[in-house]
Amino acid sequence: MDDISEADLHAYVDGELDRHRRREVEAHLARCPEAARRVAAWQAQKEGLQALFDGVLAEPLPPALEFACRRNREKRLWGAIAAGLWLALGVLVGWFARGESPTPSLASLPQEAAVAHVVYAPEVMHPVEVGAAEEAHLKKWLSRRLNTPLKVPDLTATGFKLLGGRLLPATEGPAAQFMYQDAQGRRLTLYVRVLAAAAKETAFRYDHRDGVGVFYWVDGGLGFALSGELERPQLLAVAEAVYKQLD
Amino acid sequence: MELGARLAEHIPRLRRYARALTGDAARADDLVQDTLERALRKLALWRPGSDLRAWLFTLMHNVYMNQVAAGRYPLEEWNGEASEGPQPGIPPASPQEEALRLRDLARGLARLPAEQREVLLLVGLEGLRYEEVAKILGIPTGTVMSRLSRARQRLQSLMEGERGLNLRRVK
Repeated sequence: MDDISEADLHAYVDGELDRHRRREVEAHLARCPEAARRVAAWQAQKEGLQALFDGVLAEPLPPALEFACRRNREKRLWGAIAAGLWLALGVLVGWFARGESPTPSLASLPQEAAVAHVVYAPEVMHPVEVGAAEEAHLKKWLSRRLNTPLKVPDLTATGFKLLGGRLLPATEGPAAQFMYQDAQGRRLTLYVRVLAAAAKETAFRYDHRDGVGVFYWVDGGLGFALSGELERPQLLAVAEAVYKQLD
Repeated sequence: MELGARLAEHIPRLRRYARALTGDAARADDLVQDTLERALRKLALWRPGSDLRAWLFTLMHNVYMNQVAAGRYPLEEWNGEASEGPQPGIPPASPQEEALRLRDLARGLARLPAEQREVLLLVGLEGLRYEEVAKILGIPTGTVMSRLSRARQRLQSLMEGERGLNLRRVK
């Protein structure tokens, strides 16, 4: 008599049975149309999942993800050393627990930046509070207000020239916005604000709201967000330029 | 081979799994990114010679479960995004019917509890052995099998329900 359980049927579908058991299951399926129907349905599910998602394997990697690897690889050695130190100090649990908690104020960063971009980038008369002509003053002023030394990236290599910057209220204190413009009048804004000192560094992330693309990341306790109505690869190229100059 | 390059080799499969898990291309890539970051932070903990792929899937499981717990995947936001472009391997016999069936499958997948979806995909999409899945998820093999059984059963009844709806819509 058959002693084929449901578990055997699943194991049969997933190739988990040895040859002997497989034959027994096959014999059972030949006698029991109900079991054969279920097995066929499960096999169809498997094939369907592959049909739905196998195409992802052939997709080109998104630029941000590719960049994450590159950037991470550069930091790999230092990361490994740091991890080793923490291990040695025996604070493993605390460290990883911290690593796992999401940074709450990071979540709102792309939205704040996108809103600030949408509000100020179309401004004709007063796009900035302090113009590029007074760059040294701008840098000093915003560094003082954010209570951290800021750099003003030079993006002329990517075709964008500094227009100037302004101070903005963020949810948790002040934020700085630097505005850039290219020869066609397209504008980008770089939004910077202080995050919690413990904010862990992240790779580039991308967000898209109301036609505005935002690349954002955390570095050295600061949150950066570059916003613009550019195609994603173009915006990424500028974000990389910003990141390189700030690092 | 450099470890970074070896990590990079696994990205396409991590992406496929993440896409099926979250049903959303952007969220999936965020999940992959978070997983890679965690992998690079924890490289010191990885034992050379052990299965790098299984380790990466374990990390992704942990990241995903944290995100599920934090409510980052409300059910109604699962938009069933599969891969782009035409799918290879689908018999051309009745493309419309097949497309409907796949859509129902994607919808059914979305409605499974996250823990069942994980097991179903690790077995059915990744082709991992029950034992490997148990290790990745940190659960006994028996639990893998019971979740798999529930997932398949539920998926089947969800799909049959969808099919019923489709028929009624056609009438």
